[in-house]
Amino acid sequence: MKKYFPLIVLALLAILPMIGLSSYMLHMIVLVIMWSAVGMAWNLLAGYCGQVSFGHAAYFGVGAYTSGILYYQFKLSPWWGVPLSIVVVIIFSFLLGFIVLRLRGPFFGLATLAMGEVMRVSAENMNWLTGGNLGILIQERTWVNKTYYYYIILAIAAATFFIVKYLVESKLGYYFVAIREDQDAAESLGIDTTWYKTIALCISGALTGIAGAFYTNYMGYIDPHVVFALHDVSIVTIMIVMVGGVATFWGPFVGAIIMVFLAELVRSIPGLGVAHQTFFGVLLIVIIIFLPNGIVGDFQKLKRLLKFGGAFK
Amino acid sequence: MVMESFLQTLIAGLLLGGLYALIGIGMTLIMGVMKIINLAHGELMMVGMYVAFWMFTLIGVDPYLSVFIASPVLFFLGIFIQKYLINPVLKVDSILPENQVILTVGVGMVLANLATIFFKSDYRATPVSYGTSAWYLSDYWKTAPIELSLSVPWTVSFVFAVAITLALWFFLSKTDSGKSIRATAQDLDAALLMGVNVKLMRVVTFGLGSALVGAAGCLFIPIYYLYPSLGGQFTLIAFVITILGGLGSTIGAIIGGLILGIFESMTATYIGMGWAPVGRFLIFVAALIFLPGGVASLLKKKRVGK
Repeated sequence: MKKYFPLIVLALLAILPMIGLSSYMLHMIVLVIMWSAVGMAWNLLAGYCGQVSFGHAAYFGVGAYTSGILYYQFKLSPWWGVPLSIVVVIIFSFLLGFIVLRLRGPFFGLATLAMGEVMRVSAENMNWLTGGNLGILIQERTWVNKTYYYYIILAIAAATFFIVKYLVESKLGYYFVAIREDQDAAESLGIDTTWYKTIALCISGALTGIAGAFYTNYMGYIDPHVVFALHDVSIVTIMIVMVGGVATFWGPFVGAIIMVFLAELVRSIPGLGVAHQTFFGVLLIVIIIFLPNGIVGDFQKLKRLLKFGGAFK
Repeated sequence: MVMESFLQTLIAGLLLGGLYALIGIGMTLIMGVMKIINLAHGELMMVGMYVAFWMFTLIGVDPYLSVFIASPVLFFLGIFIQKYLINPVLKVDSILPENQVILTVGVGMVLANLATIFFKSDYRATPVSYGTSAWYLSDYWKTAPIELSLSVPWTVSFVFAVAITLALWFFLSKTDSGKSIRATAQDLDAALLMGVNVKLMRVVTFGLGSALVGAAGCLFIPIYYLYPSLGGQFTLIAFVITILGGLGSTIGAIIGGLILGIFESMTATYIGMGWAPVGRFLIFVAALIFLPGGVASLLKKKRVGK
């Protein structure tokens, strides 16, 4: 049963658009699936390999701009960006890894954060390539109906899920966890930590980049402030995984459901809408203090807490 | 002409660097003692700037006098954050040790968003009377071959920053509490064995770092504009300075601040205004690759060599 659980969820998600959802609802679900894919990618690098990146917007944005530039400069369909972004982002991650993987712990985090910002500022200033702050507008939309986009992102997310699951359960996954738990011990056991960290970074980056390329096609408009955003991409990715559960397969999915719908809910409440970041900040603080391994990771603890609360009823 | 613009850029960079150093020292202090990175550092500075802004707008207090108001306010805010948010997290077990860093991100988000709610996201500035005045070299030296100017608010801010840094140096090296803080930064266990109240020192250090960056905010407001989301960029600046200077090293932070200020000013003049942030990160990457221990490691090497 447990073995088939992912397939059952996938099948349920596949028939979801057939129950006649409104276009708005479908849009929300597309965002949920997209963010869970990004969250899973981040989780591979941070949750399993222990390299907490604060700059996943860099990969997301490079993927998005691969699509955008193909359209803007070469007049090709931005859909070609989806496969191409894999190649571009892997090269990009490899070069980036050379610099940032020298660092450990929080310093790695901040170096990646800085890299995300470097990419944003570069995209703003390289007018000849990216169109600068004006962004790139995809004038021809492929489909009006969102169902097609839904199935594409579902395929991408499902692929991400199975790739991450396969990697983590393979020998490579054990190397990653060994590096997370104790890098020096892993090194002394003969694991080439830098090489495996580079692999984790490249795969994680590529998976994020595909989601970014999809984003360009789906939204039809990108600019540096949207796709290279620190809070709206990098930090949201971290929050999704933290809320859902670090180093769990389902954590990013659960986190994305909660975050996307919660964001929409809070924004729609009049008077409270502007405070949605305060709300998320407080949520993040509460989660870190009380459920440090997220809802999925600390599910037993959560259940116990709820039961305990129930006893007083 | 070339010389003139170069010197002018150098002066501007030096003045900016002095202020950067003050921001960096706050961060390096916290990093040295706590071993965590405070990603809400820029947001704390933003709070300091708002304190100065409202003091000026409502009761007309000069921003430079607000240093004495904003610093205590930020000191207590920092103590609150450390005591009630970071300390509990240090105790819980989790897979990722970076939880504390992510926590400070949450704190920063809350601060920036609260500022947006209460003060709107308008750009604000304090229109002080001396805001645009400057000293010119030709006024003092009639036959000067080149013309240089020195902006009054920039210079005053710089002098204040130097004064605060000196006061801090005095506190850290001459008083008992200051020595305890330094001891905690150097070796936590040893400090504990010597009877230093490490827990208290951590709280005080976070407060002190916050107070310093709050003071820096007051010094920045006469020359900069203020908006709620300005924090992020200053957090990054503080971090770059800390890496450049060497973790936990105060002198390193001062030198790092000056280097960064001059470098940014040069990038803005000779490459383009928009590229100044990229220059910031280039220097950061260069420091990581070629000088991983920062300026502090160079200083140490020299001392050992003697």
